[in-house]
Amino acid sequence: MTVARPPARPAPWGAILAAQTGMELRLTLRRGESLLLTLAIPLALLGFFAAVHVPGAGIEFLVPGILALAVMSTAFTGQAIATGFERSYGVLARLGTTPLTRPLLLTAKTLGVVAVEVVQAALLVGLGLLLGWHPHGNAGTAILLLVVGTAAFSGLGLLMAGTLRAEATLAAANGVYLVLLLLGGVVFPLDRLPGWLQAIAEQLPTAALSDGLRTALGHGSGFPVHGFLVLVGWTVVGIAAAAGTFRWQA
Amino acid sequence: MTLALEVRALRKAYGPLQAVDGLDLSAAAGAVTAVLGPNGAGKTTTVEICEGLRAADSGDVRVLGLPPGAAPLRARVGVMPQQAGAYPGARCGEMLRLMASYYRDPLNPSQLLDRLGLTAADRTPFRRLSGGQRQRLSLACAIVGRPAIVFLDEPTAGLDVQARQETHRLIRDLRDEGVAVVVTSHDMDETATLADHVVVVDSGRVVAAGTVADLTTGGDAIRFTSTPGLAVTSLPLPPGASAAEPEPGRYVVTGAVSPELVATVTAWVASQGALPQDIQVGRRSLEDVFLELTGRAVR
Repeated sequence: MTVARPPARPAPWGAILAAQTGMELRLTLRRGESLLLTLAIPLALLGFFAAVHVPGAGIEFLVPGILALAVMSTAFTGQAIATGFERSYGVLARLGTTPLTRPLLLTAKTLGVVAVEVVQAALLVGLGLLLGWHPHGNAGTAILLLVVGTAAFSGLGLLMAGTLRAEATLAAANGVYLVLLLLGGVVFPLDRLPGWLQAIAEQLPTAALSDGLRTALGHGSGFPVHGFLVLVGWTVVGIAAAAGTFRWQA
Repeated sequence: MTLALEVRALRKAYGPLQAVDGLDLSAAAGAVTAVLGPNGAGKTTTVEICEGLRAADSGDVRVLGLPPGAAPLRARVGVMPQQAGAYPGARCGEMLRLMASYYRDPLNPSQLLDRLGLTAADRTPFRRLSGGQRQRLSLACAIVGRPAIVFLDEPTAGLDVQARQETHRLIRDLRDEGVAVVVTSHDMDETATLADHVVVVDSGRVVAAGTVADLTTGGDAIRFTSTPGLAVTSLPLPPGASAAEPEPGRYVVTGAVSPELVATVTAWVASQGALPQDIQVGRRSLEDVFLELTGRAVR
């Protein structure tokens, strides 16, 4: 016998978004390797390089650089690896058949990334202040750069996660992290590099963000036009490429 | 009878492989429709197209009257994929409660966990669940939103007897509530006991469809197994009956089945110094039908 019942309805989108964002955050906090990458390594690098006093890379240099590294580790490396494995486990395909639409899923992921970045920034700025950092300049400009940097790195991370196998994403995301750490103006200035390499590095998103933040938070700061434009360029390229190539099924 | 699913002339190729080749399928509300077929027959591809996970090359698919993947279907279609599809780091109950939060009036997740024997695993991370626990969680996730149609891709694969029976009870309850249940399987016994309507698929096409009774009528015969190579020509059969050994050790005597014929056959086997086993009189089993339709070659 058939019992009539009203058609099932989705929950309000705000409730779905809140539940999904909570899930993303809990999953991130449970991944020990992710906390190592996003919190322990940036804090350790800041403490270490502040202690060894590399010439030309004092605390005023290091804090913006490590902030850029922290954004990269969360929005790019961590997000690429987690999303790649979610795809290979079939989670993304399955959730795609539920009322969790793709825009809601991506918004939840972004909110999860931003929440981790807020914690990272609070801890790194706190440690920087303890180590004698005196920020100047325009906090609004710095936040704008962090937002655009997050968008650029997220697009690149999702591009990788949506096209490569999960294991390849794991290897490639860590490899790119290391390269951009060294070529990103994070712990030593780019002018220590050979000229040709410096010219390349300046067009990469990590250097654009770290140098941009240094300009924004330094003395007599203007607006870091070059860094901002480089980040906008990577954002457009990364998100367009990810949107065009992302495969939800492994 | 309301049709919850209508598939007409569906085709889908992966490169040179024609996975689905002009397939028709329909499923009614308040009924269990089993899509039965050997590995690689195109069952999963077909349901994935119906779920909106894959695009068809051609053909017409209507799910609750809408094209697959249409926005209103998201809350009304339940999907249990072959791969469980959960966050590896999520706890069992947490995953189900997350899925429940997507719907306005979901089933109670704790009661559903209890019913499927997962209460003790509520806080176990998905990656540490056994294969059977993952299957049951996946089923729970498929039905927690009170869907009008569910697609269950091999829902009892890897389950022990108790879990299999509870899954069967749950599927029957869904049917009795008016849900259209579409199940893929290659398990004959399960299909025979569970399905109201069976669609046998092979090489991407429907080779037979009907109720289990429809499919198994006809073919009046005595079937048994015994020592291979018995001389069937020496069997003293009444007129109109015939005997054959279609594969070594497997015998079929066709003709009007009577108690005398059964006695004749068993006496003859004994006279050959052999023991008749697994004697089956009358109707073909679903497995016989399936093997006759899809062939015996292992693929």
